[in-house]
Amino acid sequence: MTLYFLDFLLFMIGLYALVTKRHIVKKILGVAIMEYSVNLFLILIGFKMSGASPILMKDMDFVTFVHTAVDPLPQALVLTSIVIGLGTLALMVAIAIRLYERYGTFDMHEINRLRG
Amino acid sequence: MERILPLFVIIPVFSAVSTLLVSRWERRKFPRIWSILTVSSLIVLLYFIWNQGVLVHEMGGWKAPFGIVMMKDSLTRFMLLIINGVALITLLYSYSYILKREDYLRFFSMFLLMLAGMNGVALTGDLFNLFIFLEIASIASYVLVGYDIGAEELEAAFKYLIMGVLASMSILIGIAIVYSVTGSVNMADIARFIEANNIVDNKAILMATGLFILGFGLKAGFVPFHAWLPDAHPSAPAPISAMLSGVLIKSLGIYPLIRIFYNVIPMSPVVSNIFIFLGSLSMIVGALMGSGQIDIKRLFAFHSVSQMGYIIVGVGLGTPLGLIGALFHLLNHSVFKSLLFLSSGAIQSSTGTRNMKELGGLREKMPVTSGSTVVGALSISGVPPFNGFWSKLIIILAAFQAKNMWAASALVLTAFLTLMCFVKFQRHAIFGKISDTVKRSEEAPLPMLMSLVIMGLLCLLIGLFNQNIIANIIAPAQEVLLNKGAYIMSVLGMAGGG
Repeated sequence: MTLYFLDFLLFMIGLYALVTKRHIVKKILGVAIMEYSVNLFLILIGFKMSGASPILMKDMDFVTFVHTAVDPLPQALVLTSIVIGLGTLALMVAIAIRLYERYGTFDMHEINRLRG
Repeated sequence: MERILPLFVIIPVFSAVSTLLVSRWERRKFPRIWSILTVSSLIVLLYFIWNQGVLVHEMGGWKAPFGIVMMKDSLTRFMLLIINGVALITLLYSYSYILKREDYLRFFSMFLLMLAGMNGVALTGDLFNLFIFLEIASIASYVLVGYDIGAEELEAAFKYLIMGVLASMSILIGIAIVYSVTGSVNMADIARFIEANNIVDNKAILMATGLFILGFGLKAGFVPFHAWLPDAHPSAPAPISAMLSGVLIKSLGIYPLIRIFYNVIPMSPVVSNIFIFLGSLSMIVGALMGSGQIDIKRLFAFHSVSQMGYIIVGVGLGTPLGLIGALFHLLNHSVFKSLLFLSSGAIQSSTGTRNMKELGGLREKMPVTSGSTVVGALSISGVPPFNGFWSKLIIILAAFQAKNMWAASALVLTAFLTLMCFVKFQRHAIFGKISDTVKRSEEAPLPMLMSLVIMGLLCLLIGLFNQNIIANIIAPAQEVLLNKGAYIMSVLGMAGGG
């Protein structure tokens, strides 16, 4: 439970950075932290304290295997989600650089020609 | 026949990559013709599987609850028809529109990737797979919104990107929570588990429900989450605005919501009330904010928010009539809103402005464009022979039938507000005294006109043959939604039949 709480705290730190910071790079860092916390959450779902690796050997008993091994599916999902996160992060940074070229600032409060 | 299903994703991805590769040698016509051929081939494939009943493809031969499943039923084929149909007409339009840009190779590449993602979302039977396709389509759409890399376009793209990332994260957390409760990411298996163990009121499932509404609602642009939409749609090039507003917000926002809350997680009265409330709010706020706009693309974007409200009210009502109305309005909105955005692009590229005050008397200089724009405006404001009227009528009748007077009065009020906005738009832009900017303009090139005329004719034809379309396309899709057992059976029961 503590782990989930700490993970939630991490998510909130990211959200705090995204909402309150004016600097674009800090906002991007906030998004990255949030993404990490979501990935960590996925991992935690399949996590077992001192669990075995989920590889079924010939000499293993099936029932004990199921009870000791960690759940491998969330790990597979997290790999995919990390790759997606990388793609979005790269795009965000690229847009941030272009925004700096156009506006001459990283301050999100000065980048406000549109009105939402 | 099941083997066709992955092709709806593979062909556009392959074509997106090959466009970039081959265009090293031939860059004038190739990307444009190649992308039109790609989407045409998808429509031919759709014709082959149209009447094949339910098809289930297990990717890589892994059986249903474990492997990734792609399935086609009446709702999927309906979505595929809208996605690929609008994409084809939009590409025809882009054929001459995009020539103004120097570098249009990446445009078609990104367009096809977005198409692949949307087709995948419509086809997949796996919750995590849905997330991946949603991200493919979203990332491509972030790029396309900022395609012109001007200051405002980049700003809109960045805003849209941040909102989109928030949406995807809440969807991912929702999927993780559903997985932790049910131990599966296969949508039919989740539905079976929830039904067998009767855990609808489970707090974790409720949490996931909220996260899904937040995430897909952000993608669909409902009112508390709509901030990105009126910036992103006008900033994109006109064909992309048409795709975003006509297809993307539906296939990434509305379709997963409908699929999840009818076929996977049973919709509780609370959720349906949330849908009706959000829908009514979107309708009224969207129409009111739209009424003050002088930029025609922003006007259309706010009316997208408002028309999304109609769909989600119909979904929230949950009656067969409400669902038919919602799905029919989904089809109609994708036709007339893409028509309006495409014609706004034609107007902008020949007059150089989108400001309603600077336009005027367009009908003298651009008769075809203004004719189709008027058709689109009449459809969206619900004037009888055109398609928008019928779907709005059905949703309003469904609201009265469900004795939900608040929703019904909001629906009627919004119909009037929409009519008012578009009468104003027509008076300023199409009719009236010819302005100086319009005097120098001339009619748009032929491919653009062709796509506008096709869309305009579709508005009229769907309106005239509304009974046939409801009976043959909409009603089967609505039956899929109300028959959850059949959905579970078709994926899990037929497993191994492929």
